[in-house]
Amino acid sequence: MKVRAQIGMVLNLDKCIGCHTCSITCKNVWTSREGVEYAWFNNVETKPGIGFPKEWENQQKWNGGWVRNKSGKLELKIGGKRRILANIFANPDLPEIDDYYEPFDFDYQHLHNVGDTKHQPVARPRSLISGQRMEKIEWGPNWEEILGTEFAKRKIDQNFNEVVQKDIYGQFEKTFMMYLPRLCEHCLNPACVAACPSGAIYKREEDGIVLIDQDKCRGWRMCVSACPYKKIYYNWKTGKSEKCTFCFPRIEAGQPTVCSETCVGRIRYLGVLLYDADKIEVAANTPNEKDLYQAQLDIFLDPHDPVVIAAARAEGIGDNWITAAQRSPVYMMAMDWKVALPLHPEYRTLPMVWYVPPLSPIQSAVQAGHVGMNGEIPDLKSLRIPLRYLANMLTAGDEAPVVRALERMIAMRAFKRAQQVDGVEDAEVLKQVGLTPVQVEEMYRYMALANYEDRFVIPTSHRAYAENAYDLKSSCGFSFGNGCGDGNNGVNLFGTKAKGVRQVIPVEIKD
Amino acid sequence: MAHLNMFAFGIYPYIAIAIMVIGSWIRYDREQYSWKTSSSQLLEGKQLRKGSIAFHIGVLGIFLGHFFGLLMPKEIWYLFGITTQMKQLIAIGAGGLFGLICFYGLTVLIKRRLFNPRIRATSNPMDIAILLLLYAQLILGLLSITVSMGHLDGAEMLKLMAWAQNTVTFNSVAAAEAISGVHWIFKLHVFLGMTLFVVFPFSRLVHMLSVPVQYISRQHQIVRQRFVR
Repeated sequence: MKVRAQIGMVLNLDKCIGCHTCSITCKNVWTSREGVEYAWFNNVETKPGIGFPKEWENQQKWNGGWVRNKSGKLELKIGGKRRILANIFANPDLPEIDDYYEPFDFDYQHLHNVGDTKHQPVARPRSLISGQRMEKIEWGPNWEEILGTEFAKRKIDQNFNEVVQKDIYGQFEKTFMMYLPRLCEHCLNPACVAACPSGAIYKREEDGIVLIDQDKCRGWRMCVSACPYKKIYYNWKTGKSEKCTFCFPRIEAGQPTVCSETCVGRIRYLGVLLYDADKIEVAANTPNEKDLYQAQLDIFLDPHDPVVIAAARAEGIGDNWITAAQRSPVYMMAMDWKVALPLHPEYRTLPMVWYVPPLSPIQSAVQAGHVGMNGEIPDLKSLRIPLRYLANMLTAGDEAPVVRALERMIAMRAFKRAQQVDGVEDAEVLKQVGLTPVQVEEMYRYMALANYEDRFVIPTSHRAYAENAYDLKSSCGFSFGNGCGDGNNGVNLFGTKAKGVRQVIPVEIKD
Repeated sequence: MAHLNMFAFGIYPYIAIAIMVIGSWIRYDREQYSWKTSSSQLLEGKQLRKGSIAFHIGVLGIFLGHFFGLLMPKEIWYLFGITTQMKQLIAIGAGGLFGLICFYGLTVLIKRRLFNPRIRATSNPMDIAILLLLYAQLILGLLSITVSMGHLDGAEMLKLMAWAQNTVTFNSVAAAEAISGVHWIFKLHVFLGMTLFVVFPFSRLVHMLSVPVQYISRQHQIVRQRFVR
């Protein structure tokens, strides 16, 4: 047993209101720079839809993630090492900028300078790459917001596979939607790391955050293809790949990531998970895709187990980390209550950002009394979001874990309603889903009340002791460039004039 | 004229190689962030695929051809039973083939870089300059084939080999002497070639020093420890 610690995240989709605060705060902090205007380390998709970049879940098209090859070995879907190197002159699986969207800005200055005109002036869009006028904006980071675009285009969403009669969900009365906020999964078996020819991407031992060494990255772009979540972005300006950093400077200081901190719906949870690193390869190589969810659960270690605690200490994991693991909301939701599920475990990367599936209105509730009941709990088949759809997204198509999670959430509501409205303890409804009243009270505290201290249990990493502070004296801390520069100046010996300088092309003023 | 010849082919090569080696060293040491392929595939993929693959295959073939053709002493070629005439024919055939592949690729890449609005807007002057330099050098090389066709005995080639071998053995006077009689196209080709060495550390060409060969033998996953133990 080799114990390692990972900071994991859970997103409670049942409470996500799709406000995009997470995306915007993330953008402002990390990607408001030239070259990554199109990149969203965190984005929120409206599902069903093809998502961002287009059809990212379609691995027939993009070849992301891992597959088991014929001899039963785990291999990157873009190919083995030899094939990756053979494709180094031109990567055949790389999305183009139009698969994301062409970043744009508007000629706002025109509104100030236009002078007298017959017609109301408008600020027209301009490409942030070529600087040229865009006559039409074809796509954006959130083009399918609230079921935007026709159903015919959205229905190629891979999660619709094997959903019976998927066409009925194009009807106004039958349609459904949910939000899916996405960020880097900080996988236990990251495909991006494995695909990087330069060895620039690495997983941090102490907290599992996956980072790209900007100095070592040479811009071979294989990570962009290998990541099945398409959460690595190539910066066209710097020629290096960039990704979600899990706000590691904040995590190190014991603070939540920016997306979590600013989530107005309080849907995000951060906590420590202890896992057995020796089991990663076997788990990722589980033959049957539907067993991958369980295989991933089996990697996690019980932080209350004295054997685990001793092994963790032997690995140098501090007591504050072990305590945090014992109080981890992520562990509770994923392991104790099993309401949180991984996103697309079939990619075999063992993702570490998990999701609580959303409940949805009961379709036939309008006709009172016609809802099928399964004991105390309404029949989940009458939920508006098809179970199969959620299962395709979260458990590689196995509906049972999704049913268990949804039933437990419904049971929690039923129990609390009976308790607070009717004044009775309805233990019957809990028995059916295998929960105790104590557990449900905890679930209620964590998932419904969701206090700040309960959502974010992040131990500090004592970085002060990790590096020799004397060596860091008068250095410049965190920066994107060479030492204290930002890599963008035109005066150093090897740097050249800024690429693609964004010049606002003067607007011709006509009478 | 002799002094100019001495400078261009007896002294300039050493200046060029020194700039390339020391420049690359400083850049690698101090400016890792700028050490990259500078790919523009994200902004345009189709033409890049066409051009880049052909260009790289061609240029690698040409590089190996020049490396062995110029630097391997003729006695070793004789050991393999390859006479000067045969070697001249091989050079014309292989060089011509890879040259044409490279020419096609480079033509596509230059057209893309100059006329695709996204690529043009995001290019820096060196990206364009290096392509044009390579293009000029390639065209000179292809033109030199017509000269070689008139010397199928390989006499011109032997002079160039003598220049290269004398240069790397620090016999610069002999090197400059050996090359003094060759056709001006060869001289221009050699001079421009040395100039490419000069430009090397200041351009994206440095990425060729980072061919990721160690990737083949490395394990898939990389975990960095916090403490250096």
